[in-house]
Amino acid sequence: MSLAEEVDLLKRIPLFQNIETSKLKLLAFTSERVTFKEGESLFHQGEMGDSAYIIVEGEADVEVDTPSGPTVVATVGKNDFVGEIAILCDVPRTATVRARTALVTLCISKDLFFRLITEFPQMAVEIMRVLAQRLEKTTKAAAAHNAE
Amino acid sequence: MHRSIFGFIWHYSKRQQIWVIFVTFASFPFLYYSLDLPKTIVDEAIGGQADFPIDLFGLGFFQLEQIPYLFTLSGLFLFLVVLNGGFKYYINVYRGQLGERMLRRLRFELYSRVLRFRLPQFKRMSSGEIIPMITSEVEPMGGFIGDAFALPAFQGGTLVVYIAFIFIQDPILGAAAISLYPVQGYIIPKLQRRVNQLGKQRVLTVRRLADRVGETVSGSPEIHANDTAALHMADIAGQLGRIFDIRFEIFRRKFFIKFLNNFLNQLTPFFFYAIGGYLVIIGNLSFGALVAVLAAYKDLAGPWKELLTYYQMKEDIRIKYEQVVEQFQPPDIMPAEQITADETLPGDLPGILRFSNVSFSEDGTLPALEGFTADLPTDRHVAVLGTGSSGKDELMMLLARLIVPSAGRIRLGEHDFAELPEAVVGRRFGYVGAGAFVFTDTLRGNLFYGLKHRPGAAPARDAEAEADFRRWTAEAVASGNPEHDREADWIDYAAAGAEGPEDLERKALEVLRGVDLSTDVYRFGLNGTIDPGERRSLADKVLEARTALAERLREPDNADLVELFDENRFNTSATVAENLLFGTPVGPEFSLERMAENAYVLSVLDKAGLTETMIRMGAEVAETMIELFADLPPGHEFFEQFSFIGSDDLPDYQPLVARVRKQGIEGLEPEARTRLLSLPFKLIPSRHRLGMIDDAMMERFLEARRLFARDLPEPLRGAVEFFDAERYNTAATIQDNMLFGKVRYGRAGTQEKVQALIRQTVKALDLREPVMAVGLDHFCGVAGARLGAAQRQKLALARAVLKRPDVLIVHEATAVLDGASQTHVHAWLRERQAGKGLFWAVHRPSLARDMDEVIVLQRGRLAQRGRFEDLHQEDSALRALLDAE
Repeated sequence: MSLAEEVDLLKRIPLFQNIETSKLKLLAFTSERVTFKEGESLFHQGEMGDSAYIIVEGEADVEVDTPSGPTVVATVGKNDFVGEIAILCDVPRTATVRARTALVTLCISKDLFFRLITEFPQMAVEIMRVLAQRLEKTTKAAAAHNAE
Repeated sequence: MHRSIFGFIWHYSKRQQIWVIFVTFASFPFLYYSLDLPKTIVDEAIGGQADFPIDLFGLGFFQLEQIPYLFTLSGLFLFLVVLNGGFKYYINVYRGQLGERMLRRLRFELYSRVLRFRLPQFKRMSSGEIIPMITSEVEPMGGFIGDAFALPAFQGGTLVVYIAFIFIQDPILGAAAISLYPVQGYIIPKLQRRVNQLGKQRVLTVRRLADRVGETVSGSPEIHANDTAALHMADIAGQLGRIFDIRFEIFRRKFFIKFLNNFLNQLTPFFFYAIGGYLVIIGNLSFGALVAVLAAYKDLAGPWKELLTYYQMKEDIRIKYEQVVEQFQPPDIMPAEQITADETLPGDLPGILRFSNVSFSEDGTLPALEGFTADLPTDRHVAVLGTGSSGKDELMMLLARLIVPSAGRIRLGEHDFAELPEAVVGRRFGYVGAGAFVFTDTLRGNLFYGLKHRPGAAPARDAEAEADFRRWTAEAVASGNPEHDREADWIDYAAAGAEGPEDLERKALEVLRGVDLSTDVYRFGLNGTIDPGERRSLADKVLEARTALAERLREPDNADLVELFDENRFNTSATVAENLLFGTPVGPEFSLERMAENAYVLSVLDKAGLTETMIRMGAEVAETMIELFADLPPGHEFFEQFSFIGSDDLPDYQPLVARVRKQGIEGLEPEARTRLLSLPFKLIPSRHRLGMIDDAMMERFLEARRLFARDLPEPLRGAVEFFDAERYNTAATIQDNMLFGKVRYGRAGTQEKVQALIRQTVKALDLREPVMAVGLDHFCGVAGARLGAAQRQKLALARAVLKRPDVLIVHEATAVLDGASQTHVHAWLRERQAGKGLFWAVHRPSLARDMDEVIVLQRGRLAQRGRFEDLHQEDSALRALLDAE
């Protein structure tokens, strides 16, 4: 896959929708395209993280360790963003992400990620939006859970 | 050391000085005769005042007419000119050699004094002061020393000869010639005195400047962290201003002296013309004599000037010498024998190091250690505990004899510990401090450093080299330098318990394992290069590993890890340059940066019809780079990490790209073509994914690759080492040789998997130790800068342990190691020193737990001593330290 195709892919990801093409090109150029085979994990819960991943192709399971063994709590797919919490907050990975199918990702290192969001505030705003949406979803879920 | 430079010169070179003076005087008769001869030529041969034929030398053999007589005398004059020149040449060369030898001696003496300084001296003197003293300040002394006696003798003698000559011609003229000398002799020293004082100040201020510059270099993190650059600039500007004032003042005064001198010299001819002319007219003096006197007087100015310069120089040098030597005479300097003596203590080390009432203080300050009395065993493991100012540091340094007691006494058996030569202490005792120094050398050099006490076996030399070496040594001796052979094998194998180099290497690897450095060394080894000529068996083994690894890489699980080099395939994980060369560049010709400038590369591209394509690719790359990076501020880290074009060069490419977009690449000047051409060479298709290199293009590059190899001219054969599956690539690292390919981009965890495969292969083929041996040749950088702090400490520990010291002194040396390393290293050190002495100032009191004995210091005094369990009481000093941990 060439850089131009990658940029096209990135454009379709909501997180990057409002970002200029040239910046996306920079992102694509400076990040590494990493592929995973089915069953391989992107990272493990509890590790210290140094990169986040954008899923370009394929699906992955998000697993959380529970006393009764790992449980899949969510499935992520194309255009999703995983692993950002560990690098934003400097905490160990909160979940394991395992490739459910062959997976193509764009791996953004911690340094690069921080540089990009300081460099391009519009991206930071986008990420905030995504995180806020997630928070809202979780809050609702928690509320629903409490109501049960 | 001699207080005065003349004392120094006379003591070490009186015979040579006397010889120079002797030769100088021997030359004077000829000089005198060469002055006298013109008079004879003018008066007798030309003026015809003699009766011809003349009897040459009055011997009756040579009867000459006027013309032959003239030519004979002229020939004689020519001979004298050559002879005088010969004398001068010989004397100058002799003087030069003498001066250089004395300079060498002086520098060596100063340096060896630095080695004899006690450690506290280095708190009073900085390297910024010491270095210029040994290097630049003494430099002019070399020139002076050769002249010290010879120049005044020669020039003074010459002057006397000239004056005598003038006096003989006419006493009145002679008196006129020297009439102003007393005036000059009185005034000039007076003026010079002030210059001398200024010279002294200059030396001191320049030294201070050197010190400040040194401080800036070592303190540069602080300067930048505190925004104090302006302060330092102002400070240096102030220093420079002071130096300027002093130097300018010196110049003014020096040139005033010169001016005065010149003026007085010019005054004398006035007397000659007036008085001499008068004497010729009234017939009391021959015209020839006046001409000769005038000629002699003209020559008189030379020596007189030389003498004056000499005088000024002498004063300057005298001051410099005194000011340098003064700095190298600290009262507590070690006796020279202590560092040069060869005698060692035979047999076992006495079992007790007896401290009686030992105190240590610096420059009369409060003692850091006071009244320390104890019998310390040299065959047990003792932990030394205390807070920062407890005197712990001083005790450790006293134990290693790095400092000596300011009061009290330490005895080792019946020997005074302070007086034992370093040949005993430096070999039987090992010391590792907290910030151990690593020399600018390889790991091997640093590791074996502790074994290099005296030269061992000399290297094999052929007759010519041997003669050279003899001359070299004789010259060293002539300058009072040691005869030790620098190129000899200095390693004392027996001290490490080794039989020879190979055995020592084995022992070293064992020690490296002990200090937990072997993984690092193994990694250095993998990234090291070897000369297969020297290590045939290792190279063969690496090739074996290459085959084995290729086998493993064919397994389905590993299939896409590495893209192997294949003559007939384009390697998308390698740069375009590597693909074209299909080899590793040796030297600068085919380096990545220079590919586009290389005439042969260009001719190959032309032949393959790739030049225009490459330039177009270059323009495209440049365009992408501009698009990606133009908005970033210059110097942004992305440039270095990702861009093909540095931030400084990017603006230059912008108009170029604009032009290419408008007019295409035709009509670009050669320089612009080179610029664009240089870019695609750096392209790694699978990493950069710019989509420029498709299958057809790869084919064309393969064609270019074939052309490149086929037509490579003979002189360039050495500039590239081709990839050859059957051959060891000398220019590539061991790891690259094993892989024989490039790790692919874009697969998760590829690097780790490849590393694991390499590890397994290395293990299977028993290659780990040979690879580590290569790692020993890893260069540590300036003062070990290419090693991490923990690596440096581990190396220092290994260095101290390798020489198998009877007593090992470890002074908080492991504090920077990580937890796991510490546990491993501590246990290993204890085991290694079992049955021998170990003094350990531990950085955490709890580490003292299982030592044979514990010493606790408090405020410079011995607070507690005994077994850990016994001391571990309520309210004890040990308990206080443990609680504070």
